Amino acid sequence: MQLIEWIKQPWPWWVAGPLIGLTVPALMLMGNKRFGISSSLRHICAACFPSNISYFKYNWKKEIWNLFFVAGIVLGGLIAAQFLNNHQPIQVSPALAAELRGYGITNYSELIPIDVFNWANLLHPQGLLLMVFGGFLVGFGTRYAGGCTSGHAITGLSNLQWPSLVATISFMVGGFIMANLILPLILK
Amino acid sequence: MTKNIPENDFEIRSLDTSCLNESELVHPYWYNLKYLITGILFGIVFVKAEIISWFRIQEMFRLQSFHMYGVIGSAVVVGMLSVFLIKKFKIKTIYGEDIHFEKKEFNKGQIIGGLIFGFGWAITGACPGPLFAQIGTGVTVTIVTLLSAIAGTWTYGLVRNKIPH
Repeated sequence: MQLIEWIKQPWPWWVAGPLIGLTVPALMLMGNKRFGISSSLRHICAACFPSNISYFKYNWKKEIWNLFFVAGIVLGGLIAAQFLNNHQPIQVSPALAAELRGYGITNYSELIPIDVFNWANLLHPQGLLLMVFGGFLVGFGTRYAGGCTSGHAITGLSNLQWPSLVATISFMVGGFIMANLILPLILK
Repeated sequence: MTKNIPENDFEIRSLDTSCLNESELVHPYWYNLKYLITGILFGIVFVKAEIISWFRIQEMFRLQSFHMYGVIGSAVVVGMLSVFLIKKFKIKTIYGEDIHFEKKEFNKGQIIGGLIFGFGWAITGACPGPLFAQIGTGVTVTIVTLLSAIAGTWTYGLVRNKIPH
């Protein structure tokens, strides 16, 4: 089965990008839904820890489609890793591999570097910064910005909303600063 | 700067992508299964195109690979074209409802919050969608990152009226 073998390889951007773009009209046509993932974090807060905060007092059950959607993403990740995996190391640019080797990152078996992202490292300052602090910034920043890559960069830009362009540029500027100037100090 | 934001303030609510222009129809819960299936397909694309890869995000922010620019760029082009066609031909949902579009209002959060998210994106190598997919692939420690992201969202809700918008 050549098709199966092909599917098991990493997919090129020109297959993945258009499929992701099609999520925007798919969700619109299915029921007037706006493609945006970070809202799910708010719905989880509203459902589990509303804590009398007005921002979390709304009828989250009306937005439950979004939780079905992210549950699907977890399952999709599981299916891809279990059944569509060719078990080859991740290929990265030689320049990146050389830099990461300097930080002791040499394991390319998973899509994140398990040399530093692992349970044991959680108890060290480095692991706390990478996983706990990093995750916190993702949750706080996306809600403050009113969306993430899906809500702003893809849905917002698709609908030609200039505030989404501002947000997307800010995401990229923040990422460039962190990846090039600050993250190397954390990984050292 | 302290600004009190009324709960029903449209400008702020419109940031939240919830409570706006939702479908008027009431359906049984299993109608949501189509979103589960869409999510599954989406999660598979995420993994197979390595969009959830921390390494790909590092390459993107170091300009070492075109991959992520190609993914996001082509997704936006397809999304734009789809929205244009839906507007032009006034295409309705499968239940016959009109599809409406809302304007996003500018506020400072898009810059400050955007930078903060950018920092987190480069550290964790994941935006919220990939966090869910990474857990699915079996990297269980990402559960901690996701819980931290939920804590971050909760903290934003707590301090929202005290930070500039």
